[in-house]
Amino acid sequence: MTLGELVNLLDFETLTGEVNLDKEVKSGYVSDLLSDVIANIDEGSVWITIQRHINILGVAKLKDIIAIVIPRKLELEQEVIERAKSEKIAILRDFRPAFEISGLIFNALKRG
Amino acid sequence: MNRINEEAENKPQLKLEFEIKEKDFNVAGEAASKVKKTLQQLGLTPEAVRNIAIVIYEAVMNVVIHATCGQLKVIIIPERVTVLTEDKGIGISNIELAMKEGYSTATHEIREMGFGAGMGLPNIKQCSHKLNIKSQVGVGTVLEAIIYLPSKDEKG
Repeated sequence: MTLGELVNLLDFETLTGEVNLDKEVKSGYVSDLLSDVIANIDEGSVWITIQRHINILGVAKLKDIIAIVIPRKLELEQEVIERAKSEKIAILRDFRPAFEISGLIFNALKRG
Repeated sequence: MNRINEEAENKPQLKLEFEIKEKDFNVAGEAASKVKKTLQQLGLTPEAVRNIAIVIYEAVMNVVIHATCGQLKVIIIPERVTVLTEDKGIGISNIELAMKEGYSTATHEIREMGFGAGMGLPNIKQCSHKLNIKSQVGVGTVLEAIIYLPSKDEKG
Protein backbone atom coordinates (compact mmCIF):
# COMPACT_ATOMS: atom_id res chain seq x y z
CA MET A 1 0.00 0.00 0.00
CA THR A 2 1.31 3.45 -0.88
CA LEU A 3 1.43 6.25 1.65
CA GLY A 4 -1.14 8.13 -0.43
CA GLU A 5 -3.58 5.21 -0.25
CA LEU A 6 -3.05 4.96 3.50
CA VAL A 7 -3.65 8.70 3.92
CA ASN A 8 -6.90 8.49 1.93
CA LEU A 9 -8.11 5.40 3.73
CA LEU A 10 -7.51 6.73 7.24
CA ASP A 11 -8.09 10.39 6.45
CA PHE A 12 -4.76 11.63 7.85
CA GLU A 13 -3.79 15.26 7.59
CA THR A 14 -0.69 15.73 5.38
CA LEU A 15 1.55 18.55 6.62
CA THR A 16 4.20 18.08 3.96
CA GLY A 17 2.04 18.12 0.82
CA GLU A 18 2.84 15.48 -1.78
CA VAL A 19 6.05 14.24 -0.13
CA ASN A 20 6.37 10.41 -0.33
CA LEU A 21 2.68 9.82 -1.12
CA ASP A 22 3.78 7.51 -3.96
CA LYS A 23 6.08 5.46 -1.69
CA GLU A 24 5.22 1.94 -0.61
CA VAL A 25 4.62 1.54 3.14
CA LYS A 26 6.06 -1.75 4.33
CA SER A 27 5.60 -1.57 8.07
CA GLY A 28 5.10 0.69 11.05
CA TYR A 29 6.55 1.35 14.49
CA VAL A 30 5.39 3.20 17.60
CA SER A 31 7.88 4.64 20.07
CA ASP A 32 8.96 7.92 21.60
CA LEU A 33 12.46 6.72 22.53
CA LEU A 34 14.82 7.56 19.71
CA SER A 35 17.31 4.79 20.55
CA ASP A 36 14.50 2.27 20.39
CA VAL A 37 13.40 3.55 17.00
CA ILE A 38 16.96 3.59 15.65
CA ALA A 39 17.48 0.00 16.75
CA ASN A 40 14.15 -1.54 15.84
CA ILE A 41 12.24 0.22 13.07
CA ASP A 42 12.27 -1.44 9.64
CA GLU A 43 13.21 0.64 6.63
CA GLY A 44 10.22 1.82 4.63
CA SER A 45 8.08 2.25 7.74
CA VAL A 46 5.74 4.85 9.11
CA TRP A 47 6.72 6.01 12.61
CA ILE A 48 4.08 7.06 15.12
CA THR A 49 5.46 9.37 17.82
CA ILE A 50 4.57 12.36 19.96
CA GLN A 51 8.16 13.67 19.64
CA ARG A 52 8.09 16.76 17.46
CA HIS A 53 11.53 18.37 17.79
CA ILE A 54 13.78 18.69 14.75
CA ASN A 55 15.90 15.64 15.68
CA ILE A 56 13.15 13.22 14.75
CA LEU A 57 14.08 14.06 11.15
CA GLY A 58 17.65 12.80 11.71
CA VAL A 59 16.24 9.49 12.91
CA ALA A 60 13.79 9.35 10.01
CA LYS A 61 16.48 10.06 7.44
CA LEU A 62 18.86 7.53 8.91
CA LYS A 63 16.27 4.76 8.89
CA ASP A 64 14.63 5.67 5.54
CA ILE A 65 11.35 6.29 7.30
CA ILE A 66 8.61 7.26 4.83
CA ALA A 67 6.37 9.20 7.20
CA ILE A 68 6.16 10.38 10.78
CA VAL A 69 2.63 10.25 12.16
CA ILE A 70 1.77 12.70 14.93
CA PRO A 71 -1.21 11.71 17.09
CA ARG A 72 -3.80 13.79 19.00
CA LYS A 73 -3.49 16.72 16.61
CA LEU A 74 -0.38 17.90 18.46
CA GLU A 75 1.23 21.10 17.22
CA LEU A 76 4.46 21.16 15.19
CA GLU A 77 6.81 24.02 14.57
CA GLN A 78 6.87 25.30 11.01
CA GLU A 79 10.66 24.87 10.93
CA VAL A 80 10.28 21.11 11.42
CA ILE A 81 7.68 20.87 8.65
CA GLU A 82 9.80 22.86 6.19
CA ARG A 83 12.88 20.81 6.98
CA ALA A 84 10.90 17.60 6.57
CA LYS A 85 9.80 18.74 3.11
CA SER A 86 13.36 19.42 2.03
CA GLU A 87 14.59 16.12 3.51
CA LYS A 88 11.73 14.25 1.75
CA ILE A 89 10.16 12.90 4.92
CA ALA A 90 6.37 13.06 5.12
CA ILE A 91 4.71 14.30 8.29
CA LEU A 92 1.13 13.18 8.84
CA ARG A 93 -1.17 14.14 11.66
CA ASP A 94 -4.36 12.74 13.12
CA PHE A 95 -6.80 13.55 15.93
CA ARG A 96 -6.76 9.99 17.28
CA PRO A 97 -4.27 8.81 19.95
CA ALA A 98 -1.22 6.68 19.05
CA PHE A 99 -2.90 3.43 20.16
CA GLU A 100 -5.82 3.85 17.77
CA ILE A 101 -3.65 5.05 14.90
CA SER A 102 -1.37 2.02 15.27
CA GLY A 103 -4.33 -0.34 15.17
CA LEU A 104 -5.73 1.31 12.06
CA ILE A 105 -2.42 1.31 10.21
CA PHE A 106 -1.67 -2.25 11.28
CA ASN A 107 -4.98 -3.50 9.92
CA ALA A 108 -4.68 -1.49 6.72
CA LEU A 109 -1.22 -2.92 6.00
CA LYS A 110 -2.34 -6.44 6.87
CA ARG A 111 -5.18 -6.23 4.37
CA GLY A 112 -2.68 -4.84 1.86
CA MET B 1 44.16 10.83 25.83
CA ASN B 2 45.82 8.12 23.82
CA ARG B 3 43.87 6.31 21.23
CA ILE B 4 43.10 2.73 22.08
CA ASN B 5 44.03 1.27 18.78
CA GLU B 6 45.93 3.36 16.28
CA GLU B 7 45.16 2.28 12.73
CA ALA B 8 48.77 1.84 11.69
CA GLU B 9 48.43 -0.82 9.04
CA ASN B 10 49.44 0.14 5.57
CA LYS B 11 46.21 -0.81 3.81
CA PRO B 12 43.84 1.10 1.58
CA GLN B 13 41.53 2.91 3.89
CA LEU B 14 38.88 5.55 3.86
CA LYS B 15 38.64 7.89 6.80
CA LEU B 16 35.66 10.13 7.52
CA GLU B 17 35.86 12.73 10.27
CA PHE B 18 33.23 14.88 11.95
CA GLU B 19 33.46 17.51 14.66
CA ILE B 20 30.91 17.18 17.46
CA LYS B 21 29.83 20.20 19.48
CA GLU B 22 27.92 20.24 22.75
CA LYS B 23 24.14 19.97 22.36
CA ASP B 24 24.40 19.82 18.58
CA PHE B 25 21.76 17.11 18.29
CA ASN B 26 21.59 17.24 14.50
CA VAL B 27 25.15 16.08 14.00
CA ALA B 28 24.38 12.49 15.04
CA GLY B 29 21.74 11.96 12.38
CA GLU B 30 23.72 13.82 9.76
CA ALA B 31 27.01 12.01 10.36
CA ALA B 32 25.28 8.63 10.46
CA SER B 33 23.35 9.39 7.25
CA LYS B 34 26.49 10.54 5.41
CA VAL B 35 28.51 7.49 6.43
CA LYS B 36 25.56 5.26 5.58
CA LYS B 37 25.47 6.63 2.04
CA THR B 38 29.22 6.12 1.62
CA LEU B 39 29.01 2.53 2.90
CA GLN B 40 26.13 1.76 0.56
CA GLN B 41 28.17 3.10 -2.35
CA LEU B 42 31.07 0.88 -1.27
CA GLY B 43 28.73 -2.09 -1.55
CA LEU B 44 28.65 -3.21 2.10
CA THR B 45 25.86 -5.59 3.08
CA PRO B 46 22.62 -3.93 4.28
CA GLU B 47 23.12 -5.55 7.69
CA ALA B 48 26.62 -4.10 8.11
CA VAL B 49 25.41 -0.68 6.96
CA ARG B 50 22.51 -0.81 9.42
CA ASN B 51 24.73 -1.80 12.34
CA ILE B 52 27.39 0.79 11.60
CA ALA B 53 24.77 3.55 11.26
CA ILE B 54 23.30 2.65 14.66
CA VAL B 55 26.75 2.59 16.29
CA ILE B 56 27.60 6.02 14.85
CA TYR B 57 24.28 7.58 15.85
CA GLU B 58 24.44 6.32 19.42
CA ALA B 59 28.14 7.07 19.91
CA VAL B 60 27.75 10.62 18.63
CA MET B 61 24.59 11.18 20.69
CA ASN B 62 26.54 10.20 23.80
CA VAL B 63 29.10 12.90 23.04
CA VAL B 64 26.37 15.46 22.27
CA ILE B 65 24.44 14.72 25.45
CA HIS B 66 27.23 14.19 27.96
CA ALA B 67 30.45 15.82 26.75
CA THR B 68 31.62 19.34 25.96
CA CYS B 69 33.03 18.57 22.52
CA GLY B 70 34.48 15.72 20.56
CA GLN B 71 35.29 14.08 17.32
CA LEU B 72 33.99 11.15 15.32
CA LYS B 73 36.25 9.14 13.06
CA VAL B 74 35.09 6.32 10.86
CA ILE B 75 37.89 4.23 9.38
CA ILE B 76 36.94 1.84 6.62
CA ILE B 77 39.23 -0.93 5.41
CA PRO B 78 38.10 -4.01 3.45
CA GLU B 79 38.03 -6.22 6.56
CA ARG B 80 36.34 -3.93 9.04
CA VAL B 81 34.92 -0.56 9.94
CA THR B 82 36.12 1.22 13.06
CA VAL B 83 33.93 3.86 14.68
CA LEU B 84 35.89 6.05 17.06
CA THR B 85 34.62 8.90 19.21
CA GLU B 86 36.90 10.94 21.42
CA ASP B 87 35.45 13.58 23.69
CA LYS B 88 36.32 16.09 26.34
CA GLY B 89 33.87 16.11 29.19
CA ILE B 90 32.75 14.59 32.44
CA GLY B 91 33.74 11.04 31.53
CA ILE B 92 32.10 7.84 32.76
CA SER B 93 32.74 6.89 36.38
CA ASN B 94 31.36 3.36 36.14
CA ILE B 95 31.51 1.85 32.66
CA GLU B 96 29.93 -1.43 33.74
CA LEU B 97 26.90 0.41 35.06
CA ALA B 98 26.75 2.62 31.96
CA MET B 99 26.56 -0.52 29.83
CA LYS B 100 23.41 -1.65 31.64
CA GLU B 101 20.25 -1.27 29.61
CA GLY B 102 18.04 1.44 31.06
CA TYR B 103 20.76 3.08 33.13
CA SER B 104 21.18 6.74 32.24
CA THR B 105 22.58 9.93 33.73
CA ALA B 106 20.82 12.16 31.17
CA THR B 107 18.84 15.12 32.46
CA HIS B 108 15.06 15.29 32.54
CA GLU B 109 15.03 17.70 29.56
CA ILE B 110 17.11 15.33 27.46
CA ARG B 111 14.85 12.43 28.36
CA GLU B 112 11.73 14.39 27.48
CA MET B 113 13.12 14.69 23.96
CA GLY B 114 13.27 10.92 23.72
CA PHE B 115 17.02 10.67 24.26
CA GLY B 116 18.84 9.31 27.30
CA ALA B 117 16.82 6.13 27.58
CA GLY B 118 19.87 4.18 28.72
CA MET B 119 19.95 2.23 25.48
CA GLY B 120 22.87 3.90 23.73
CA LEU B 121 25.80 1.81 24.89
CA PRO B 122 23.79 -1.45 24.90
CA ASN B 123 22.75 -0.70 21.29
CA ILE B 124 26.37 -0.05 20.33
CA LYS B 125 27.47 -3.29 21.95
CA GLN B 126 24.77 -5.26 20.18
CA CYS B 127 25.61 -3.79 16.78
CA SER B 128 29.40 -4.14 16.92
CA HIS B 129 31.78 -7.07 17.22
CA LYS B 130 34.25 -5.35 19.51
CA LEU B 131 33.74 -2.44 21.86
CA ASN B 132 36.41 -0.67 23.87
CA ILE B 133 35.68 2.25 26.15
CA LYS B 134 38.31 4.18 28.04
CA SER B 135 37.22 7.02 30.23
CA GLN B 136 38.71 9.34 32.77
CA VAL B 137 36.33 11.24 35.03
CA GLY B 138 36.58 14.97 34.38
CA VAL B 139 38.74 14.47 31.30
CA GLY B 140 36.82 12.57 28.66
CA THR B 141 35.97 9.34 26.96
CA VAL B 142 37.31 7.36 24.03
CA LEU B 143 34.99 4.83 22.46
CA GLU B 144 36.07 2.43 19.77
CA ALA B 145 33.65 0.03 18.12
CA ILE B 146 34.70 -2.41 15.43
CA ILE B 147 32.40 -4.04 12.92
CA TYR B 148 33.99 -6.83 10.88
CA LEU B 149 32.86 -7.10 7.30
CA PRO B 150 32.09 -10.37 5.58
CA SER B 151 34.59 -11.12 2.80
CA LYS B 152 33.38 -10.97 -0.81
CA ASP B 153 32.98 -14.81 -0.94
CA GLU B 154 30.92 -14.90 2.24
CA LYS B 155 28.52 -12.33 0.85
CA GLY B 156 27.56 -14.91 -1.79
